[in-house]
Amino acid sequence: MSIVLKNVSYTYGKSGSDCGQALKDISLEIHKGEFLAIVGHTGSGKSTLIQLFNGLERATQGEVYFQGENIYSKGFSMKRLRSKVGLVFQYPEHQLFEATVIKDVEFGPRNMGQEPLQVELNSFQALKDVGISEELLDVSVLALSGGQKRRVAIAGVLAMQPEFLVLDEPMAGLDPAGRREIFSLLKKLHEERGITIVFVSHSMEDVAEYADRVVVMNQGQIVLDGKPRRIFHYEKELQQIGLGVPQAAQLVHRLAERGAGIEQDCLTADESAAAILRWLEK
Amino acid sequence: MIRDITIGQYYRADSVIHRLDPRVKIVGTLLYIISLFAFRGFAGYAAAVVFFGVIVFLSKVPLSYILRGLKPVFFVLIFTSVLNLFWTPGESFFTWGVIDLTWEGLYKTIFIALRLIFLVLGSSLMTFTTTPNQLTDALEKLLGPLRHLRVPVHELSMMMSIALRFIPILVDETDKIMKAQAARGADFESGSIMQRLKSMVPILIPLFVSAVRRADDLALAMDARCYHGGAGRTKMHPLRYRGQDFVAYIVCICYSLLIFVV
Repeated sequence: MSIVLKNVSYTYGKSGSDCGQALKDISLEIHKGEFLAIVGHTGSGKSTLIQLFNGLERATQGEVYFQGENIYSKGFSMKRLRSKVGLVFQYPEHQLFEATVIKDVEFGPRNMGQEPLQVELNSFQALKDVGISEELLDVSVLALSGGQKRRVAIAGVLAMQPEFLVLDEPMAGLDPAGRREIFSLLKKLHEERGITIVFVSHSMEDVAEYADRVVVMNQGQIVLDGKPRRIFHYEKELQQIGLGVPQAAQLVHRLAERGAGIEQDCLTADESAAAILRWLEK
Repeated sequence: MIRDITIGQYYRADSVIHRLDPRVKIVGTLLYIISLFAFRGFAGYAAAVVFFGVIVFLSKVPLSYILRGLKPVFFVLIFTSVLNLFWTPGESFFTWGVIDLTWEGLYKTIFIALRLIFLVLGSSLMTFTTTPNQLTDALEKLLGPLRHLRVPVHELSMMMSIALRFIPILVDETDKIMKAQAARGADFESGSIMQRLKSMVPILIPLFVSAVRRADDLALAMDARCYHGGAGRTKMHPLRYRGQDFVAYIVCICYSLLIFVV
């Protein structure tokens, strides 16, 4: 039960000046049950990468396997793949179109050929899962706030009952409270529903806080892959490719550089604070 | 998915023709098109072909690129050629059943086809060497005198350049919307015509909503910069004729005179 990319390359454009390589020889396995973050600078290829997972973009070279099946083989149902690997894009405005919230969420499951009753049930449940209250079900999608739109967009994908949920920059443009809400929602889906979560981000704080595995991309290649704790040891390398480590961890690293006898294995602000406190009390 | 559509077919190159003032190119193209219809006889055609050839050479746009512009008129070309070839009365040179080909028909076919071909090639050469924005600028300048007849020239050209400016943005957005809906299982490719039309709704609505929102934002941004129409407005890059433009005008006029005399 996994998504496997084998030596995948992706070239856009046909020929001439506007052609370029977005992904170079990428091999990656996403296991069921992971909470995976894909980080990278703008243009590192992370958005292209996630569109390979559900077959929206086709790799120019290499193979993609879903649960052991080659998704490019003849007779493979892309529709089924897209219901199993739900992809939520960055801007909810790009997908909300129906007159009411509930109707919009029903679009996905209906396309998947679910029974009408099942469609309603799943949509209702998905909206409940993302924390959209019942009063909002019959409200126009255009009347929602930014955070609500994003949650409805996630619900629209959740209603298809995916096993993998892939999100492109799910926190972009949200205030801190909105970010926390989205993340606690993802965490809940991960823990209670057992949905594998993959999210694209460039905020190292978010990554440190939530992900249990980080894939770092640079110029179309995977440069680091592992647990956040391990990844953040490579502070210099991360800085070189325009990323960094969480600010709290950075502070601890700086203190250690100045000769403080402090544990450096900190990820989040809380952990760093505790480490600094222990060092001061020594 | 729909990135392949090219709108505005500007071909980036650094050539004399590219550097010419867009007004010259518009006037020149107009003269050229008129000249195509003004003459009769092979000498005139030869002149038109040579003139076109020289400009293509100067423009550094590959010939294959220019010929691609003929694709959309291909059917019109075939249609008119067939009509002219078979239905022109005159002295026949080939008869087979109901088919009756005449010398007059052949002559007319060749001439009309050539006219059509050079008409399309001439105007597409202009768009190859001139950016859409230059074109609207030049049109605004050329149509300027119509202001006195209360034609809102500035507003029209502003609308045109805004529309052109937004085409690539909306194409990009359509692409993203199509992907977002495809991720939810939308199918744009199969089914009956009615089903396919219906499948456009989830694309068109977000696109319209976003276009209206963008228009609103743009209006606000223009307002914030005190835009109030064309009166007293200056340009960052005003169009100014230089030596080469006058030379080009003289060449065009000489060409026209030559054609009309022949």
